[in-house]
Amino acid sequence: MSDFRVLRFAIIVCLGCSVVLSAAAIGLRDRQQANLILDQRRNILKSVGLFQPEMAEEELNATYNERMVGLVVRADGSVVEGRNPTELDPEQEPDLLPVYQRVDDGEVAAYTIPVSGKGLWSTLYGYFALDADLNTVRGITFYQHGETPGLGGEIDKPWFQENFVGKKILDDAGNLRSITVVKGTAADRYPDPDELVHYVDGISGATITSNGVTALLEAELTRYRPYFETLRNGMGRTT
Amino acid sequence: MSTTQAPPKGSFSLANLVKLDKKSKAALSDPMSENNPITVQVLGICSALAVTVQMQTAVVMSMAVISVLCLSNVVISLMRNHIPSRIRIIVQLSVIASLVIVADQVLRAYLYDVSKQLSVFVGLIITNCIIMGRAEAFAMANPPGKSFLDGLGNGIGYSIILCAVAFGRELFGAGSLFGLQVVPQFLYDIGYVNMGLMVVPPGAFILLGLIIWGQRTMTGYVEEN
Repeated sequence: MSDFRVLRFAIIVCLGCSVVLSAAAIGLRDRQQANLILDQRRNILKSVGLFQPEMAEEELNATYNERMVGLVVRADGSVVEGRNPTELDPEQEPDLLPVYQRVDDGEVAAYTIPVSGKGLWSTLYGYFALDADLNTVRGITFYQHGETPGLGGEIDKPWFQENFVGKKILDDAGNLRSITVVKGTAADRYPDPDELVHYVDGISGATITSNGVTALLEAELTRYRPYFETLRNGMGRTT
Repeated sequence: MSTTQAPPKGSFSLANLVKLDKKSKAALSDPMSENNPITVQVLGICSALAVTVQMQTAVVMSMAVISVLCLSNVVISLMRNHIPSRIRIIVQLSVIASLVIVADQVLRAYLYDVSKQLSVFVGLIITNCIIMGRAEAFAMANPPGKSFLDGLGNGIGYSIILCAVAFGRELFGAGSLFGLQVVPQFLYDIGYVNMGLMVVPPGAFILLGLIIWGQRTMTGYVEEN
């Protein structure tokens, strides 16, 4: 077969494959986007303790719309009016931060923020929720990562995430003291209960992923500190 | 080129399988047992270990592999007389890769949760030796109808083993099947514990080894030196 005919065949195959792939990508895009939004909502609800596993799509959306209020804040802690956090593009506006509030009977019961940072192989994405006191952890979820299943991949398992519930992010003086994922069992290393509230059990065999979680929490909580400070000061004034 | 005739029209439905000529029937049924891609040819082991912790992921993975295998066999068979032999491997790979990406996109659109659990392993169907093996060994030399049956047979052969391993791993590792608890609570109360080994990859190796042993004993297959 001549080189020309080989080349012609190769081009035809390439064109054929491109058409099929483009058609699939465009035809299925809406449905995939809907899944992503649903998954995001599910994880937001999970982090603030409003998610039940048996929830169907409509119920989940209804709960989200009723109970969660999204807002956008600036790096200095002030709120940007009239913005929806789901429309934020972190690439375009890195200084704007999304916050989701769980509202119970008109009162804010919990705050949840998106968190992300490097693990061993991949970037970890999740949500981190605080109680209304902005100190006690309400919950954490990780919904996207590419860590090794059974090792670093354990970060998306309930046992690891339940570790965080009830931990504190402030020291006695009210300064930020983020949560550290330790090697092994936290209670063995920090028997003092006042210390233990800043530490959670690590994942054996996944030290780098564990350290990644520690680092991303520290970084994200530092980014949100001005906003949380503003809220805490507000609370001090009204009570 | 093939010397046998293509199967008669309408022979693809299972009800008509009996009417298939002998060679077509062999193309379909051989890979399910005597020439099983996993237990005899020992291909596609990687995914058999990775996605078999639960039945659900194993079944979805099986469907994806069957679809890709059937379609790639048919497409390559249709082109077999036109593919320049110098670039046939890369042409096969392009066809397979495109089909795998489409399968991945479909899963993301319609079975989002399962596709998240399968993560990279759907994409890795591209590297599953069974698919390229069948394209090169069968579809390049046989008409589309028979290539389809060969793909179906090999896909089902792969799926049977995948599901058998997943059945054992989920049952003994988590006490459930398709996420439903099947080991009754009173057994746990009197001291039964789930086997942690089954959840980790070595558990799959052990089960797969046992299945290969059992299957080879039954068919009397012996590796040649």
